[in-house]
Formats: sequence, structure tokens, C-alpha cells
Amino acid sequence: MSETLLKIIFGRLSWESFPIHEPILLITFAVVVTLGAVVVGAVTKFGLWAWLWRDWFTSVDHKKIGIMYIILGIVMLLRGFADALMMRAQQAIAFGANQGYLNSHHYDQIFTAHGTIMIFFVAIPLIVGLVNFVMPLQIGARDVAFPYLNNLSFWLTVAGALLTMVSLFVGEFSRAGWLNYVPVSNLQNSPDTGPDYYLWALQIAGVGTTLSSINMVTTIIKMRAPGMTMMKMPVFCWTALCSNVLAIAIFPVLTGAFALLLLDRNVGTNFFTNDLGGNPMMYWNLVWIWGHPEVYVLVLPVFGIYSEITATFSGKPLFGYSSMVYATVVITILSYLVWLHHFFTMGSGASVNSFFGIATMVIAIPTGAKIFNWLFTMYRGQIRFELPMMWVVAFMLTFVVGGMTGVLLAVPPADFVLHNSLFLVAHFHNVIIGGVVFGLFAGMTYWFPKAFGFKLDPFWGKVAFWGWVVGYWIAWTPIYIVGLMGTTRRVHHFDDPTLQPWFIIAAIGALIILIGILGFVMSIVMGIVRREQYRDLTGDPWGGRTLEWSTSSPPPAYNFAFTPVVHKLDAWHDMKARGHQRPTGGYRRIHMPRNTGAGVIISALALALGFGMVWYIWWLAAVSFVALLAVAIGHSFNYDRDYFIPPDEVARAERTDLAPVGA
Amino acid sequence: MLLAAGTLALGACQRAVLNPAGDIALQQRNIIYASTGLMLLIIVPVLILIVVFAWHYRATNRAATYDPDFHHSASLELFIWSAPLLIIICLGALTWSSTHLLDPFRPIDKVAGQALDPKVRPLHIQVVSLDWKWLFIYPEQGIATVNELALPVNRAVRFDITSTNMMNTFYAPTLAGMIYAMPGMQSTLHAVLNRPGEYEGFSANYSGAGFSDMRFKLRGMDQAGFDRWVTEAKGSRRSLATADYLALVRPSEKVPAMRFATVQPGLFDRIVNRCAIPGTPCMKDVMAHDGAGGGMMPPANGSIPAPGAKPDGALFKRPHDIAPGPNVTKPRQPGAPGTTDPASPRNRDLSQRFPMTATLQA
Repeated sequence: MSETLLKIIFGRLSWESFPIHEPILLITFAVVVTLGAVVVGAVTKFGLWAWLWRDWFTSVDHKKIGIMYIILGIVMLLRGFADALMMRAQQAIAFGANQGYLNSHHYDQIFTAHGTIMIFFVAIPLIVGLVNFVMPLQIGARDVAFPYLNNLSFWLTVAGALLTMVSLFVGEFSRAGWLNYVPVSNLQNSPDTGPDYYLWALQIAGVGTTLSSINMVTTIIKMRAPGMTMMKMPVFCWTALCSNVLAIAIFPVLTGAFALLLLDRNVGTNFFTNDLGGNPMMYWNLVWIWGHPEVYVLVLPVFGIYSEITATFSGKPLFGYSSMVYATVVITILSYLVWLHHFFTMGSGASVNSFFGIATMVIAIPTGAKIFNWLFTMYRGQIRFELPMMWVVAFMLTFVVGGMTGVLLAVPPADFVLHNSLFLVAHFHNVIIGGVVFGLFAGMTYWFPKAFGFKLDPFWGKVAFWGWVVGYWIAWTPIYIVGLMGTTRRVHHFDDPTLQPWFIIAAIGALIILIGILGFVMSIVMGIVRREQYRDLTGDPWGGRTLEWSTSSPPPAYNFAFTPVVHKLDAWHDMKARGHQRPTGGYRRIHMPRNTGAGVIISALALALGFGMVWYIWWLAAVSFVALLAVAIGHSFNYDRDYFIPPDEVARAERTDLAPVGA
Repeated sequence: MLLAAGTLALGACQRAVLNPAGDIALQQRNIIYASTGLMLLIIVPVLILIVVFAWHYRATNRAATYDPDFHHSASLELFIWSAPLLIIICLGALTWSSTHLLDPFRPIDKVAGQALDPKVRPLHIQVVSLDWKWLFIYPEQGIATVNELALPVNRAVRFDITSTNMMNTFYAPTLAGMIYAMPGMQSTLHAVLNRPGEYEGFSANYSGAGFSDMRFKLRGMDQAGFDRWVTEAKGSRRSLATADYLALVRPSEKVPAMRFATVQPGLFDRIVNRCAIPGTPCMKDVMAHDGAGGGMMPPANGSIPAPGAKPDGALFKRPHDIAPGPNVTKPRQPGAPGTTDPASPRNRDLSQRFPMTATLQA
């Protein structure tokens, strides 16, 4: 009886669920707890809780939410990269009789967690963060269309990330690959908590991402400054628009597929089971209908970042703006039509495979046009090789190779021998690191002075740059080679000892990338330490061309005291050319959204709901679900949503913020 | 250092994918070379231009032209869209023809340019991926093997491929490209091996705990050698009747090669139709029944799981039925059978926790 009661209270959670036999996890846990205690202690000691809650956690300011997204992404990058180092170490030693230092259950969780975290909790938050911070400034808006929704989206993403992190110390994570493939993740093959953690974490974060996309699209469509027609919009906003349109279209598919798998696991339906009408292949189709466009959700905004930076540092307008826009739109549409190339080997038949293969290759045409556009932006420019521009050149040299191997994989007969191989793994790391990650570092370096009023430390920035670029090539060239030798991905140990040197080189490359990551963290730390030296008072440290550089750094809460009026593309460059003077009077009151804690509370309840469902603690799930609905409905009756900044306060802010600007 | 790298690189070129022993894999390798060459036509100039432009137009180079308003040129735009387009048109044509020519469903009619005798039927082999080993059935020879695939060289082979539970890919890099092995589905691969020798094959699609050791030996031999091999297999003391199959199908890892002198006829068909267990209705019968009965669309897969094989959904468990969730990363005990005896039937601790019965202990 008491055991039944325990089961009702704790579900399947028991002492056995904690990995106390696993020294790696125990040490990690100790480090996390210690660091957490230090942070909490420091915040308490300096009395910062009220400030954090009031000015950050509950903030609906798109700039602060953007910065919090980026902090989340960087923290999760450290976790995801720790997984990467563990995999490289395992594969560097596990040859012949040596089984490595991880058993296969642990190793399988690590590669699953690495992929899941890097895509959902590193790449997406960093990109959403940059779009959040930059896009409203670039279109001359005061905030996004739905400020509260923005806050809720962020905290739902945090809840998903936290649920993933909890799985490290309570129970275990999925072992079914980063897309949680059936049949491995079916209830009968994985009765443990792993797939449940995966599904609930991504369902919660996925709601956040979907809402965020709706928010961004609405903002771009409805809130552009007067005069900014679509074809006068900065390219970064175009790419953000296309990326978020894509996200709105695809995330419901993923949510639906995960919901069906959750039904399979919790209710006993047969959508993806092997018997009773279930079809595992359908799951593969659904997740890749999400999965391939997702690549472009990530890479399109980054193309926008490269475009902005190339134009700024070449001292020229972007070459072929309209062809860049059309290329982006074409990629957006085509990206829906290629998902099947992820499983040519499923036996769809030659005509179907050819269609999807050729459709995939066609994407190389607009992408190639983009590369040429950046190339001819540099042509007859005056290129200042500051850090953001260095990232752009490294990107172009690296990404072109990744694009080539990608097109090669789109040829079905070639894919038959390279599918699931380490060649494929090297390809997508080539485009994700060489494309998305380099671009994110370029973007963070480029817009950091806008967010904080001082530049990152250039020395450590260069350490980060060379660590990543050199490390990338040393880590992934050997993986391309072993892939061509017929080595498969997700393998826990190898028989063939002649492969070992390649994996040792790859592990060394990963360590060099570690230097790059630490260099980036150091460039932030040293930037803060030497902030007076790197201070920028002009608001326009790089000679920018778009509207975000027309306001002070950091921008005031309301972004622009007067909404800018746009006449041309590269509006700020145009304003500077026409001798723009910053107004010093005539301020009016500014209408602003009010902060709210509802997003934090709803997300905390979502986290509790997820945890309850993972562990079969039904009462917890039910209570938090009802509470979640109650808070969401209750908040809709909160009419105290906005306030006005009076003119004299604006005048005060403009004088302190902007005195030196406007020259 | 350089020498070591050179030796390594040379070694890499001798490997299965780039130096295969099978004609299909060879043609697939040639496609890789041809498409890479086609793309390098545009990639190499672009790489050079990036470096040249970045260097020449650096701000400190006062000799370079600076044209701050140059942002459009119709002829350049025409070029930057048409150059990749031309490459993709060529590559698309190559893709269309090669995809059809190398379609795994397409029977082989010639090897290395030589037409095959149409009267010689391809050798028929049925491939089943079990958790975590490969079962090969030779229906014409009436034998079966586990983790060992013998092929006569220069004879076309037709593989019919399915799976019992997990999704794997059947892949011997030296022979031909990979094809998925899927439960309740049958896929096909036509291939031919042209050089005798001993090669590696494996699953290339992650399928759970025992995946890394899901390997088989591919042995290419001449016709006489193959006939001898078949005779040897027929001399094995093992046989693959229903009970033996049901023992074999239990998950196990690192399984050594096994040969079976006889195999129950129609086994592969019943595996595909998910009715290998006596008493379970076959999928095709269920589908035919459904199709005839309601006038509704028959289900894609009407198979019915073995009794007890499908767990209840979590929400329908009563509290005392909820199994505790122990942490599966817990290492095996030092004396666990799997650590000392790789082929032990109890060598597994994932998913369906059936002990393998002792019938196969030959």
C-alpha cells in the first residue's frame, strides 16, 4: 500500500533514477552546484534579485530579451561543446579491444544531447536573440509587435533547456539520435525517461519558438518606419522575415509529430509503432519536413548578418540587393521541397529520388548567387579587416566547401555510399560551423558595442577567431576522410586500428576549437574589464549603414526619440550623407509596454508539467497544467499593460545618452 | 610528419568506398568523382577570387580602386546567376541518368561494360536485420547464416531486405551503396562483387545499444569456392526452424558468425509480414481482410504484435504497474555474462528484456 502511495506521489522517480554510480556525472553535478551556489550567493550578497527580476526577467524590452536569448545560447554552447569533447575523446581511444571510457548507453545519450542542444538551445536562441535585438532597431520600431509574447517565448525556451539539463542528473536523456528516431524511441524499445525528456523539452521550447516567429513576422510586416518599403528594408530583416515565415510553417509539423509520438508512448496509440498500422517511416518524413527547412531557418538570418557586415566594412552598399532578396525568397520556397534527400536510401524509387536530388541542387543556385554578391560587394571596396569582417572571409572560404559536399550528397547514387557516414557528419558541421556559427560570432562581435556601448576585446576576439577557424579545419578534415573510407556515424567503438590517427587529429582539432570558445568568453570578460578603453560614445563605431547605428549605444528603452523617416536603402548612411543632425528638443511622451512576470510564471509551470509527464507524476502534471491555464487566462484580464515616458524624461535620457552623437 | 600524412592519405584511397570490389560501388564512386570535378569548376575560381578580392581591396592598399557606389551591374548579375545554373544543369542531368541507372531496384544487366547472360538468374539472398546482428537466408541453397555473407564473384545478386524491429541500413561499402532495412517493409538491392576477398559489412544506421557491433564478414569467392562454402554450411549442426528463429530474434550483441544447415521455407516472407511467431496473423492477410470487408482504405501495415510485446500507454498504467525508472547508464556488473562472453544470450540490458533461450547454444 505504501509503495502504491509512493508511486502515486513520485511516479517512476526513485533513488535508482539518480546516476550516483557515474563519476563523470557526479563531478559535473558538483561543479554545477558549486557554480550555481556562487552565482546565487553573489546575486544575494549584492542584493541584485530585485534588479534582475524587475529589469531583466520580467522585461518586455526586445533588446533585453535578445541579450537574454544570447546568454542562454552561450551557456548551452558550453554544455553542447562538453558533449562534443566527450565524443571526440571516446572515438579517439575506443579501438579494438578498448571500449573507451563511456559505455554505449552513456555515449548514445551524449550524441543525442549534443545534436539536440546545439540546434534547439544554442543555434536557435542565438539567432532569435540577434533577430530580437537588431531587427526592431533596423526597421526603426520601438519594440516588437507583441512584447509580452516575446518575453513568454524566451522563458518557454529556457524551460525546455532546463528540462534537458535536468535529465543530466535525474534519469537519463534520449538515446535515439537528435531527431529522436523511431523505432529506437518507441515505448517498447525505450521504456525509460529519455525520449520523454526529449519530447517534453522540445514541445515546450517549440511553443516558444513558434510564438516568437509569429511575433517577428508581424513586427516586420506592420512596424517598419515610415518610408521603409519592403525593398528598402535591410537585408538582415529580409532574411529574418523569410526565416521566421519558414519557422511558422514548419514548427507545427514538428510539434504534431512529437505529439503523435507522445500519444504512442502515453496513450498506446500506433502512429509510429511497428505493428497495428503504425509506420515509423512516417515519423522520418514528418521530422525531416521540419528538419530540412530548419537548416534554412538557421542559416538565412546568418546570411543577412554577413550581408550587413560585408557592406559596412567594405564601405559600399551591398552588391545586387534585389537579387539577394530574391535569392533569399527562392531558398525559402525551395527548402520545403527537399526533405526526402535525408533518406534517399529508404527506397523511394529512382524518379522520386531524382526529383528531390535535383531540387536540392537547385538551392545551390541562389546560394551561389549570394556568395557572388558578397564577393562583388568586396570588389572595389575599402575593406577594413576588423573582427566581424575576418569572420566573413573565413565563412566564405569554409562554407563554399561545405556547400560543395552538400551538393555531392544530393546526388542519390553518391548518397547511397555516403549517407549516414562521417562524411555526412563532416558536411553538416562544415555548413553549420562554417556558416551559422561563424556568422553568429561575426554578428555578436558586430552588434556587441550597440548593446553595451563598448567593443569586445580585440586580442581575445582574434584568439576566438583563429581557434575556431583553425580548429574547425583540423577537427573536420579527418572526419571527411574517414567518411570517405566508409566509416559510419554514431559508432561507439571501432575494430579497425588504422582509423585511429584520424580520430586523434580530430580530437586535437576539437581542443583547438575549445581555445576559440574560451577566447570568445575571454573577449567578453576582458571587454568588460577594459570597457573604458573600448567605449564608443558615437553610437556608430563601425561606420554603419542601417538605422540601428543612428541611436545611442546602448539604445534607450524606447530606441528612437523620434521615429526615423526612411528615403533610401541603407537609411542611416543616407542620413549621414545628407548631414543629419540629431534633434535636441521638441520631445513628446512615448507609449511603452509594461513589464510582466506572467511569462516567467507560465514557463515555470510548463517546466513542472513537463517534469510530471516525464516521470508519470500525474498529479503534478495535472495541477501545473490547470495552473498554467489559470495564469494565462488571468493575465489576459490584466489591463495595466502600458505606460508613457513623459517628454522631460525623454529629454533627460537623450541628453545623457546622446550628447556626443549626431556629428 | 608530411610523410606520415601522405601514407595516411594514400591508405585512405585504398579503402572500400574509393577502391571498391563491386561494380555498383565502383560506378557510385565514379559519380562522386564526376560530380566533385564538375563542382570544382566553379568552386576553385570562387575560392581564389575570395582571397584575391579580400587581399587586393584591403583598406590599406591605396593602389586599389575604391568605388563606393558600385552596387549593381546587369551583366555581372546575369553571370552570377547563370554560372551556378549551368553547373547545376549538367549535374542535374548526371543525377537523373545515374539515379535511374543505379536504382537499387533495377536488376543488373551488365558488369564493367560486359552484358550479363540473361539466362543466368541473379543469386537470391534474403537479408534480415535483427537486434543486433544480420541474418542472411539463401532460399535457393536452403541455408542461412548470421553475420557472414558469402558471394560468388561476378554473379549478380538480388538482396531482399527487411528488419524485425529497429531500422538499420544494409551496407557493405565495397559491394554497393546502403539500403534501409525496415520492419514490415521489404527493400531490394541488386549488386555484384567482382574481386574475391574478405570485406566488412555493417549497419550504417544507428539502431540502439548493440549497433556498433552489428557487423558482418563479406566473403567473395569463385563459384567453386562458393559451392564448397554452401556444402560446409549444410554440414552445420544448427538449423533454423521456427523455435530457433524465435530464440535468435531476441536482442543480443557481438554475435559471432553462425551457419544453419537448413532453414524453414517462407521464413523471410513471414518476417516481412510480421507473423513469424506461430498464431499471429500475417499482415498481408489482415490487409486483404480489411480491404475486402469495409470498402475502406486498407491500413499501410495491419500487422498485430505478439502477445505481450506491446506495452500499455503510460497513462493506463495503474500505480503499482509503474516500473521504477532506474538509470540505464549504470555499468554492467563485472561478472555480467556480456563482459566475458560476447555471444552470451544474456548480453544485453536495453529495450525488450527477454533472455535468449538456450536452443541456439550449439
